[in-house]
Amino acid sequence: MSGAAVPSPRVAGDTPVLEISDLTVTLGTRNGPARAVAGVDWSVAPGETLALVGESGSGKSMTVLAATGLAPRSATVTGRVRLLGRDLTDMSGSDRRRWRGRHVGFVFQDPMTTLNPVLTVGRQVAEACEEHLGMSRRQARSRAVELLDLVGIPAPGRRVDAHPHEFSGGMRQRVVIAMALACEPALLIADEPTTALDVTTQAQIVELVADLRRRLGTAVVWITHDLGVVAGIADTVAVMYGGRIVEQGPVDAVFVAPGHPYTRALLAARPRPGAAGEELAAIPGAPPSPLDLPPGCAFWPRCPVRGDARCAHELPPLVPLTPAHRVRTFYPAAAAGSRDDAAGRPAAGSRPAGDDPAPSTPEDR
Amino acid sequence: MSAGDRTPPPAAPPVDPVDDRPSASAGGAGTLRRALTALWHDPPAVAGTLVLLVLLVVGLAGQWLAPAGTNDVDVDQMLRPPSGAHPFGTDELGRDVLSRVLVAARVSLQVGLVSVGIALAVGVTVGLLAGWYGGWTDNVLMRGMDVLFAFPVLLLAVAIVAVLGPGLVTATTAIGVVYTPIFARVTRAGVLAVREQVFVRAAVSIGTSDLRILRRHVLPNIAAPLIVQTSLSLAFAILSEAALSFLGLGVQPPAPAWGRMLYDGRGFVTDAWWLGFFPGAAIFLTVLAFNLVGDALRDVLDPRQLTVSEARRSTR
Amino acid sequence: MGRFVLRRLLQSVVVLLGVTLVVFLLLQLVPGDPVRVSLGTRFDQQTYDALRERSGLDRPLVVQYLSYVGNALTGDLGVSFRSGQPVTTIVLERLPATLSLAVTAVLLALLVAFPLGVLSAVRSGSLVDHAARVFSQFGVSVPDFWMGIMGILLFAGVLGWLPPSGYVALTDDPVGWASHVALPAAAVGLVTASILTRFIRSSVLEVLAEDYVRTAEAKGLRPRVVVVRHVLRNALIPVVTVVGVQLASLVGGVIVIEVLFAWPGVGRLTYDAVQARDYPVLQGAVLFVATLFLLMNLLVDVLYARLDARITLR
Repeated sequence: MSGAAVPSPRVAGDTPVLEISDLTVTLGTRNGPARAVAGVDWSVAPGETLALVGESGSGKSMTVLAATGLAPRSATVTGRVRLLGRDLTDMSGSDRRRWRGRHVGFVFQDPMTTLNPVLTVGRQVAEACEEHLGMSRRQARSRAVELLDLVGIPAPGRRVDAHPHEFSGGMRQRVVIAMALACEPALLIADEPTTALDVTTQAQIVELVADLRRRLGTAVVWITHDLGVVAGIADTVAVMYGGRIVEQGPVDAVFVAPGHPYTRALLAARPRPGAAGEELAAIPGAPPSPLDLPPGCAFWPRCPVRGDARCAHELPPLVPLTPAHRVRTFYPAAAAGSRDDAAGRPAAGSRPAGDDPAPSTPEDR
Repeated sequence: MSAGDRTPPPAAPPVDPVDDRPSASAGGAGTLRRALTALWHDPPAVAGTLVLLVLLVVGLAGQWLAPAGTNDVDVDQMLRPPSGAHPFGTDELGRDVLSRVLVAARVSLQVGLVSVGIALAVGVTVGLLAGWYGGWTDNVLMRGMDVLFAFPVLLLAVAIVAVLGPGLVTATTAIGVVYTPIFARVTRAGVLAVREQVFVRAAVSIGTSDLRILRRHVLPNIAAPLIVQTSLSLAFAILSEAALSFLGLGVQPPAPAWGRMLYDGRGFVTDAWWLGFFPGAAIFLTVLAFNLVGDALRDVLDPRQLTVSEARRSTR
Repeated sequence: MGRFVLRRLLQSVVVLLGVTLVVFLLLQLVPGDPVRVSLGTRFDQQTYDALRERSGLDRPLVVQYLSYVGNALTGDLGVSFRSGQPVTTIVLERLPATLSLAVTAVLLALLVAFPLGVLSAVRSGSLVDHAARVFSQFGVSVPDFWMGIMGILLFAGVLGWLPPSGYVALTDDPVGWASHVALPAAAVGLVTASILTRFIRSSVLEVLAEDYVRTAEAKGLRPRVVVVRHVLRNALIPVVTVVGVQLASLVGGVIVIEVLFAWPGVGRLTYDAVQARDYPVLQGAVLFVATLFLLMNLLVDVLYARLDARITLR
């Protein structure tokens, strides 16, 4: 791409683009404090794609919003966040705003609502360039045309002056992606970018992001509840439940040998092309409310393994299965190869056959 | 399956009562109860309620609470400032202002309540018919309401009273007419939302009579916006009554009315501030109380009803 | 867009016809013979016959109505029972006074309501927000004529800065006009300001919760840019409507304030016509104001449609 006007914010060596440690977010609600995110650690290397997976309410969106200073005003955020080696938590509000705006691009879920209806798309795509790269209005406009072309919008020179309502849903999401890439950020955060789109368009958007990532070398955090998407695009996966990471590791390892019962349930719930017509294996029960989290493992009430009282009262640690693959459970070994879904159905697909169902009462304690 | 013995907490935000109520039977009473409970947790609303209770007592027993007769003229006591004998002072005829303010409360409340009652009864009927039957009925009725809506409020009320002749009854009627369209609109909108709901369609399909469906199923489901509109309209109606009586079109002398007292006192106000202050403060407190309660009710019952109708329909 | 305007225009014509019918029927509601009632003690047969002839009251109702509408279309609203002058002339004479008061009041109101409303939404929950809410609750509950009387008491009585009432034409003496308009405009404007403050606050709050505002923040725009470019542009679209409606209702609705301050506008004219039982003037003033009200509402809706690009989709 012809990004001559735009300095590329790449970091040297292996400094992570974004590094989050011990991030905790507590929201003040009318019904008391709600702990949306608790003690989350992860990092994204340059050019890497991290998939952040979980049901709605698991804290995955709140993690990135809080990390980048976009949490709601009622939120209390603690922990360390480093963006391109600079500590965001130490910065003043306006420094953080500038650093984030310059180096992180966001794509949100619903392209129908993320674009301002009264401004032209061109203005919205390139206004960040005026703000952060000191471009004039005219320069920004031609930059917007470039970007619209980059994301595959036909006749960008003409469409640049159109308003969002003149675009289809898929085209709008392309506009949003163009907007996110305006300053050639080191990191792209995509928060369920395909959820609001129809299936064909979903595939196109996934393909577009994957392609842009290859061409621009941007690191990506892809937030989704759909593990099906993850396999195609992500290098690493972090699965969140009840505000905590329950499993984290390279995408192949997690898919081949999921260590946490929740991950296995999610994998079983994933729609597969071959299984058309077969009903999805939904996970019984509902995720816990952040207002009322259990003291122990948050997944325990829905867990098909059902450990002992310790699971209910004590938080399991994140234990390594391999150096890169960590799981938050007391029973990594039992879990790693046990029955694979909550409905008790036999494993379908590539996962290894289980040796034995997890014992409901291990001998100790 | 053993999993899932934990029921999800009811974290649902207050939703539109029209959408979430599958059965209509609990609607009316439930709505009112919900509203009253919530009022107790809102200090301004509690203050408003207390003022309204005091007003009710004054309205019912004003004559007996008043230290003097409303028309006890005393030429030796003209335009006296507030004192122990006359806490609100005396007017240009030596009459006790406190007594007149107390007795006038009844007129304001009566005109307010009756006129809003008229507007509610007529407006709801029109709205139900228009919303339920649709088509030509809807068109004719609602265009009629549009016509009434096309006049500034006070101007229409003044015109009606002017031709019918000033007085308590005509002023009440005029204010009732003026506030009818807003009730018709609120009701019609509610009916349209409820009409297509499953439980209403079911009632229609088993041949329940229209009247019964409207009363049993539709009305309870539009109770929330109507309650809110009623309390806010009471505030506006009382302001309108004060304006009409200021213009000499309300209750006729020598009966006291707050608005008229302000009109009569306006020439003396630079010398006798109490003539302008107390009757106006009485109007303000009354209207404020209805507004506080109305706002609290809206927050509880109908948070999404925007201030548009309010902004469009002020007292002028 | 074009279709919307056309539909809205047709709708207004139908409503306007209804308005003329209501105004026309007002006279029929007068108990007894309106001409006789109007003349009262000044009754003499010759004047009576002349007025009756002129007002066409002896013709059938339908004919009367049709000729009333026909005449109104040509700008003929009849003649005053009192002065014999054409009603249209009388009303138009009073219009500048009313317009200058209404416009001044709305401008004053905006001056207060705009910063207060925006600030209380952007800093929701702050001290400013609480103050704004107390202010607007006070303003919507207080009768404007009471505020007028209190204003006279303070600024004309105690301080002696402003005249207690009266009118000077803006074109004759701008300073004199300003000193006379200050009190009535402030009294009316206070109520308007509190309505607008509430409305602006809730409109801005609503937009602040929109996804595209989060998008703008995510881009790292300065807070001022986010508010001005992304929030206000959207939040002010409905506000335009309400300002227009407020202005429209002031043009016809400041009767009480005009009476209190002896302001010779259309409201005062209406009041005088009521007192004098000068029915043609009353009818004419009401019809004129209602028509103006309707036109301004139409204008506001069309403006709204133009400003809000999304409405074209519907």
